[in-house]
Amino acid sequence: MNGDDTQVLQAKIHDALARGTRLQIEGGGSKSFYGQTITGEVLSTQRHRGIINYESTELVLTARGGTPLSEVETALAKHNQMLPFEPPHFGDAATLGGTIACGLSGPRRPYVGAARDYVLGCRVLTGKGDVLHFGGEVMKNVAGYDVARLMTGAMGTLGVLLDISLKILPQPANEVTLGLDMSPDEALQAMNHWAGQPVPLSAAVHDGSSLMMRLSGAASAVAHAQQLIGGEPFANSKDYWLSIREHTHPFFNDTRPLWRLSLAPAHPPLKLEGDTLLDWGGAQRWMLSSESPEAIRHAVEEAGGHATLFSPHEINADIFQPLPGGLKQLHQRLKHAFDPDGILNPGRMYPDM
Amino acid sequence: MSEHELDTHHTRKLLAGQLSRFLPAEAVLTTEEDLRPYECDGLSAYHRLPLMAVLPETIEQVQAVLQLCQRENVPVVARGAGTGLSGGALPLSNGVLLSLAKFNRILEVDPINRTARVEPGVRNQAISEAVASHDLFYAPDPSSQIACTIGGNVAENSGGVHCLKYGLTVHNVLQVKLLTIEGEALTLGGSGLDAPGYDLLALMNGSEGMLGIITEITVRLLPRPQQTRVIMAGYNDIAHAGEAVGAIIAAGIIPAGLEMMDNPAIRAAEAFVHAGYPEEAAAILLCELDGTDEEVNEQSTQVEQLLHHSGASTLRVAHDAEEQLLLWKGRKAAFPAVGRISPDYYCMDGTIPRKRLPEVLTRIGEMSKEYGLPVANVFHAGDGNLHPLILYDANQPGELERTEELGGKILELCVEVGGTITGEHGVGIEKINQMCVQFKPVELEYFHAVKESFDPDHLLNPGKAVPTLHRCAEFGAMHVHHGELPHPELERF
Repeated sequence: MNGDDTQVLQAKIHDALARGTRLQIEGGGSKSFYGQTITGEVLSTQRHRGIINYESTELVLTARGGTPLSEVETALAKHNQMLPFEPPHFGDAATLGGTIACGLSGPRRPYVGAARDYVLGCRVLTGKGDVLHFGGEVMKNVAGYDVARLMTGAMGTLGVLLDISLKILPQPANEVTLGLDMSPDEALQAMNHWAGQPVPLSAAVHDGSSLMMRLSGAASAVAHAQQLIGGEPFANSKDYWLSIREHTHPFFNDTRPLWRLSLAPAHPPLKLEGDTLLDWGGAQRWMLSSESPEAIRHAVEEAGGHATLFSPHEINADIFQPLPGGLKQLHQRLKHAFDPDGILNPGRMYPDM
Repeated sequence: MSEHELDTHHTRKLLAGQLSRFLPAEAVLTTEEDLRPYECDGLSAYHRLPLMAVLPETIEQVQAVLQLCQRENVPVVARGAGTGLSGGALPLSNGVLLSLAKFNRILEVDPINRTARVEPGVRNQAISEAVASHDLFYAPDPSSQIACTIGGNVAENSGGVHCLKYGLTVHNVLQVKLLTIEGEALTLGGSGLDAPGYDLLALMNGSEGMLGIITEITVRLLPRPQQTRVIMAGYNDIAHAGEAVGAIIAAGIIPAGLEMMDNPAIRAAEAFVHAGYPEEAAAILLCELDGTDEEVNEQSTQVEQLLHHSGASTLRVAHDAEEQLLLWKGRKAAFPAVGRISPDYYCMDGTIPRKRLPEVLTRIGEMSKEYGLPVANVFHAGDGNLHPLILYDANQPGELERTEELGGKILELCVEVGGTITGEHGVGIEKINQMCVQFKPVELEYFHAVKESFDPDHLLNPGKAVPTLHRCAEFGAMHVHHGELPHPELERF
């Protein structure tokens, strides 16, 4: 089942260029809800799969884009290692390529870094049909522009991610989750207070009624921090963090549009109607709200942040915060450099890209 | 005056006149005496006087400089403290050297959100000093941190001895404000942890002044660890030292710093600072652990056992801050220590997959013999970043050229074993030929396209970091015919 499908994929790009066809890149389809709904011939990465290189003591893994995310995580777990950015799957079929293309990160993100922070290199197939290799399999590499990180979160609009090299980390020796009942305002204060202290914090969420903080590290350090912070150790902590990461927590079971707000972590709650779950120690806020997209976008912009319409797409609005003029032009020029005919996921991120 | 000199003289006069409309007289330098300090950066083997240097102090002035240069088609080279080691800030004789030294203010420290907003000319270490009262620090610590500026750090994506655990500059910058060559202000990143659209913030890190002029940076601050501990282990076999590094990581421990030195580096450092290194050892490892008191105690016991089992011939744990400093001093003084035993040295900066270290060191040893130039090796062992120091004497005719050739061979070896030609010093002008070895022509074309998206006329630091395909073709030819002088257009000591 594992195999290198580069040539087939490349031929399909050449064919699409010749026929002027728009392509919709798809791995497992688990994140097809994310971004603008687009039409186009499906370019599947499913046959381009398999782990190419993994040596646990080098802390590097390279795998093909179509490799199931679960396969990668299982291989790492055998060596007590993990993808540090705790990526959400949003479905069993999630692939590594889709994960990096969407650039989403889970609850551990503010304390260890995002998907883009762990991307060391990639092999990419551009909209011109060129196969390029940027970055590498080493931790430190400043040769050439950091195109591998540029690809992360670009939603396939700059190229098809063929192979991806990631830095990985050991799983923490111990984890404890503490629950403390408090209001959102108190939680924002507490999350940011502890993030500034030398405690091994690895997640902090306020889900409406309780602040949940996860500690990860050496047993003695976790135990000591637990004493400092107080609160009740939470028994089902693995399931809890999974429910936050995968949006299966009851909070997300709602019919209102779900917005993702990205703000300075200690920013006070925005004055918008709706319910909010604070994640990432306050830096990522999930908001269920029927307020108009304009009102939401205006409020986050005033606060120095940005908002993403995460789901659903029934309302007629941009998915991502619109870019100011100069940045928009720069995006269009970069898109043109990698995909001059606009055949790769056109419109998935922004309407005219 | 030759025709060329007349041209230069004319352009300088014309530009200086226009610059004086918006810059005070003392901010425009045109005489040879005034320009001499800007002729090179930390890579002093390459030097050249700029057409002129400007030292603006407001963003509007920088904007006006860029707009003028774009209109007149004059290239611009940005410069911070000039401590870079790859010639990234080497001036152009037909270009304006844009010093950002006057942008040296810390604009805002936000201890709650754990960020600092600073101007690009702020020194790296000044940030940690300014936030120390909040028990916070800025993690990336390149060895030039007393002098180097944060703007230069972003331009080079600088590392340091602690980046295995804390990351490079790119991992610790939240927002960058910049001016394009058109003088347009752009903000990349934001006050949160990400921004909409493409990750242009990541692209800006390590772009070597080729995409825009940075005017403001917001960095992420971390809580200062409660405790640090340094452990030194000596080895009779360098392969065992390499295995020890693998064993520490396999045990799930990510040390704050993990450094290795080979015998020539140990001897040079020991003779210089008397750190108590075992002079007969083939290699030493320095392992720094940090975290809470409990964490450090627990991990220290584990690491000592691992080092013991991996065949360490000597083992020493620094028990107080003074002893820790002494153990680090030898490592941090390794470059000047080598400078004491050789008239000149040339510092390389490749990264390799760590497991290939014994093989790479053996081959560097063979090449060192072949070229008759001693090499001492200092290694950021945790992340595979190797700094071979080639010892040479620039006064011996041809020795610098042979040194550069050997250096180039070492970098090509790094690429061959799956590594890269530069881990943290940047390509600049120094490794521009080796870019042709690491990247295929089509990849270089895309790099040029990225640059053109920002700077269509190639006016920002042109000729650095990414070679033209023409240059690579010439370099390929040069490879066949050894003995030709690389970079014939450059002046030399």
